[in-house]
Amino acid sequence: MPKTIAEINERIKKGDAVVVTAEEIIDIVDKKGVEQAAKDVDVVTTATFGPMCSSGFYFNFGHSKPRIRAQKVWLNNVPAYGGLAAVDAYLGATELPEDDPTNTIYPGAFKYGGAHIIEELVSGKDVRLKAISYGTDCYPGKEVETIINLNDMNEAVLFNPRNAYQNYNVGVNCSDRVIYTYMGVLQPRMGNANYSSAGQLSPLLNDPLYLTIGIGTRIFLGGGIGYVVWNGTQHNPCALRGENKVPKRGAGTLAVLGDLKQMSPNWLRGVSMTGYGVSLAVGIGVPIPILNEEICRFTAVRDAEIYAPVIDYSTTYPQRESDVITEVNYSQLKSGKIIVNGKDIPTGGLSSYAKAREISGILKEWIQKGDFILTDKVASLPSSDSGISLKPLRETTPQ
Amino acid sequence: MKKRVVLTFPKQTIEEPITYHLIRDYDLMVNILSAKVAPNEEGRMVIELSGQKEMLHNGIEYLKGLGVTTQSLAQDVIWDEQKCIHCTACIPLCPSHALSVDRTQMLVSFNSDRCIVCGLCLKTCPYHAIEIRF
Repeated sequence: MPKTIAEINERIKKGDAVVVTAEEIIDIVDKKGVEQAAKDVDVVTTATFGPMCSSGFYFNFGHSKPRIRAQKVWLNNVPAYGGLAAVDAYLGATELPEDDPTNTIYPGAFKYGGAHIIEELVSGKDVRLKAISYGTDCYPGKEVETIINLNDMNEAVLFNPRNAYQNYNVGVNCSDRVIYTYMGVLQPRMGNANYSSAGQLSPLLNDPLYLTIGIGTRIFLGGGIGYVVWNGTQHNPCALRGENKVPKRGAGTLAVLGDLKQMSPNWLRGVSMTGYGVSLAVGIGVPIPILNEEICRFTAVRDAEIYAPVIDYSTTYPQRESDVITEVNYSQLKSGKIIVNGKDIPTGGLSSYAKAREISGILKEWIQKGDFILTDKVASLPSSDSGISLKPLRETTPQ
Repeated sequence: MKKRVVLTFPKQTIEEPITYHLIRDYDLMVNILSAKVAPNEEGRMVIELSGQKEMLHNGIEYLKGLGVTTQSLAQDVIWDEQKCIHCTACIPLCPSHALSVDRTQMLVSFNSDRCIVCGLCLKTCPYHAIEIRF
């Protein structure tokens, strides 16, 4: 008997809902079978915690006296985008301070950037705000400089255009020198292999065809409440999939949004990737309502059934070639070692499985306590039947 | 008895053959784990000393007499568990398995006794969770 979200929410409000994590559902389906599990379980909680570069927040910092248009804006010398209405700005997670030496002293350390400011703000710290403008009759101010914190801002909204990647590459380095990438420090001659997914706990790997996760889905975001607001950028639902419908390549993504004022530095952390840049580690938890057997079966996916491509980040990736060295599964990746071309390669993660597990537990508790009610999606994300393909940049000579 | 220490040499002592004296005069086994000694610069060396307790003590006194400062390793490498998110990016790069993972919990831990202060983890940790202070 299929269930509805309204029925599940009734049980959540009464404190009767059966909520389990995406790890726990695996054993339940093993023991009871999918038919019984789908009847017994109401919600499966999924989660991920890893670097997600396409993140940032928009904010309104209030009007100075006299007023200023705030054409250009900085927080702690890191530029925020001011091309919005007066005193609105957007700070991107990967933005660097004006005086950062970047990779001029290779590999750059990238100790500080937009992501670290976000972490400081949610830690309650003050930051230095500077804005300049050209002066207008209605906004005569040309410069303002002050100290500001999250409470002082009228609105502060985390808005991440591409998060929660549904599967991702495993990065290796086939060259003879160390390389510094967004997949971490990669040692020469495949000295290590880095991966970045929570695998069997990851939201979109538990709902591979986006049957329940869609626009309007309420989620755990950075320790507060957020929403899925659109598909993420580079959403690629027609990527290669296995028989279990789970993508074997980077596929779907989510655009997410939530009130930064509710969030915590436990779940929003500045990331410094040597030789690459700054990023933000974002904690995301997504509840999946078990409406029927199909959805239940999808949530029971395990690491050994999720495959990722091993890609050379010294040539193939930077040159946008498509060679995949081999495919490995997350059970192998998490064991600490994979075998590629007969060679043992130690693995390292970028996404924290331990923290993803913690988030799936927190979200489970919120739902069990009745503090978190599920939402029905208001529109679906484009899925594997959408015909979407990722377009590379068409480079033409300007006339 | 065995002890791992970080030695810091003032410029003027870098021509002193200290390993020779530690071995010959104090009967100590000296295992050099890492070293950076350049002319006209302060030198740093991480060594493991093993031998009789008294000789070990005397050997270290000999170093102090030369103006070489000694610190035990555990004091110098700091793994901040609050900053660590247990991503495991450092694990494949740590040559002595001082950083390791409990594969059931997927939690990282640091065993300072195994650390050889190579510094590889510093560039690898995206969260500045490891600090080396000399």
